[in-house]
Amino acid sequence: MGLIFKIIKFEFSNALRSKWVIFYFSFFLILSFLMFNFEDETGKAVLSLMNIVLIVIPLVSIIFGTMYVYNSNDYIQMVLCQPLDRRSLYFGLYLGNAVPLALSFVAGIFIGFVFTGADTAGITPVLILTINGFALTLIFTSIAFLTAIKFSDKARGLGAAILIWLMLAVIYDGLILFVTYFFRDYPIENIILGISLINPIDLARIFFILDFNISALMGYTGALFNKFFGTSLGVLVSAGLMILWFIIPFLLGLRSFNKKDF
Amino acid sequence: MIELKNIEKSFGKYQVLKNISLNIEPGKITAIVGPNGSGKTTIIKSILGLVQPDKGEILFNNKSVIKEYLYRKDIGYMPQAASFPDNLTVNEVFNMISDIRMQQMNGNAELINILNLQPELNKKIRTLSGGNKQKVSACIALMFNPKIIILDEPTAGLDPAASANLKKKIVEQRDAGKTIILTSHIMAEIEELSDNILFLIEGKIVYDGSLKNLVELSGQAKLENAIAAMMNKEFRWD
Repeated sequence: MGLIFKIIKFEFSNALRSKWVIFYFSFFLILSFLMFNFEDETGKAVLSLMNIVLIVIPLVSIIFGTMYVYNSNDYIQMVLCQPLDRRSLYFGLYLGNAVPLALSFVAGIFIGFVFTGADTAGITPVLILTINGFALTLIFTSIAFLTAIKFSDKARGLGAAILIWLMLAVIYDGLILFVTYFFRDYPIENIILGISLINPIDLARIFFILDFNISALMGYTGALFNKFFGTSLGVLVSAGLMILWFIIPFLLGLRSFNKKDF
Repeated sequence: MIELKNIEKSFGKYQVLKNISLNIEPGKITAIVGPNGSGKTTIIKSILGLVQPDKGEILFNNKSVIKEYLYRKDIGYMPQAASFPDNLTVNEVFNMISDIRMQQMNGNAELINILNLQPELNKKIRTLSGGNKQKVSACIALMFNPKIIILDEPTAGLDPAASANLKKKIVEQRDAGKTIILTSHIMAEIEELSDNILFLIEGKIVYDGSLKNLVELSGQAKLENAIAAMMNKEFRWD
């Protein structure tokens, strides 16, 4: 355990000096400041922020995470020559990458929120937004780590990471539209429900929307989710599935890392 | 002290190590030589646990060390091409490794001095030249007073003064009872430093014994010619 903290400590001091994290923090700070300033209702501002978060966080986390593993390759080799087990190193690297990213997002949103003082609907929606963003950072960093460890070639790994993001963030919506349109005469609800389970971005969206019960914004998968599970169970199921989306890639990545030759 | 038993390793279709068994003699300098791609670095990395063999055993003080890590506190390693986190300074890297190893730096001031690394200590790794990074790496390999020192092409990229000083240091360490494994493509260097030779061709050991014996066996006056003779397929050992 002590060794994990040592790695995290170095990773943190490294991350704090990197311009990337500061840029990422400023991005969310400015965004949050503008949104809370220009929208009268906190709920609306949070909703707009959520739409940006759902695209930006997965993209930045997956690209930053993959690049980070590739760029740390020599460093990993150096540390692995020391009396340190691979599991501690993996945990340390993961947390040292995901936590600064997640925290700079949370800090950016909250500071922007506090400074504008727009709190008509209280702080709850902002909290749910940040929990969601935090979870997405963890999920996409663990997918990024798995991708980067599986592909030894940097160009291919980065390509795969971008493709995964593209599939989940963009192509997925088209797929849902395509399926519902073409099979509109058939009872395909269960299939659509099944498809929505395999997309962490959609799960995050459903989790967020169900929490607010804004049916107009639920979309097809959200509405199905609501109908099938009900609101409170729907929140639990989407949250549980998101946790799986974090744990499974994380453990697969750890397993590959343990077997990898450096 | 270090023993490899029937080690096999493939990368994809390409078999790099073919049934390697060897025993590193303690308190001596063993040089691993062979053409490019003969498996020298793979052997070293297997000992360190960076590469995991497909088959076979690696014993360290008669205990298997595959998937273990604590044994590495007795090993100092200088890789072929060193790289460290870019944002840290040299001193910070030293402290970090000291922190991970939970060992005090030992005789580091002298090492920094003989390698002429003093002016670089507070510079960030990013700004260091390749040779200076090698020096940092050499310091790390030696400064925790490890029982075993593994050096992968230690003098490649070093200036003549640093190279000479490092070689002197290596011999000093051997005389202090350390076990040293090194690789090099400079035959004069191997002749100067090593007691034992491990000669690899295409992942097989073709010679494992003392330097003297090798030169005698080949009937050549110089190691370079002896090695060249061995690479020639006509060469017979009997």
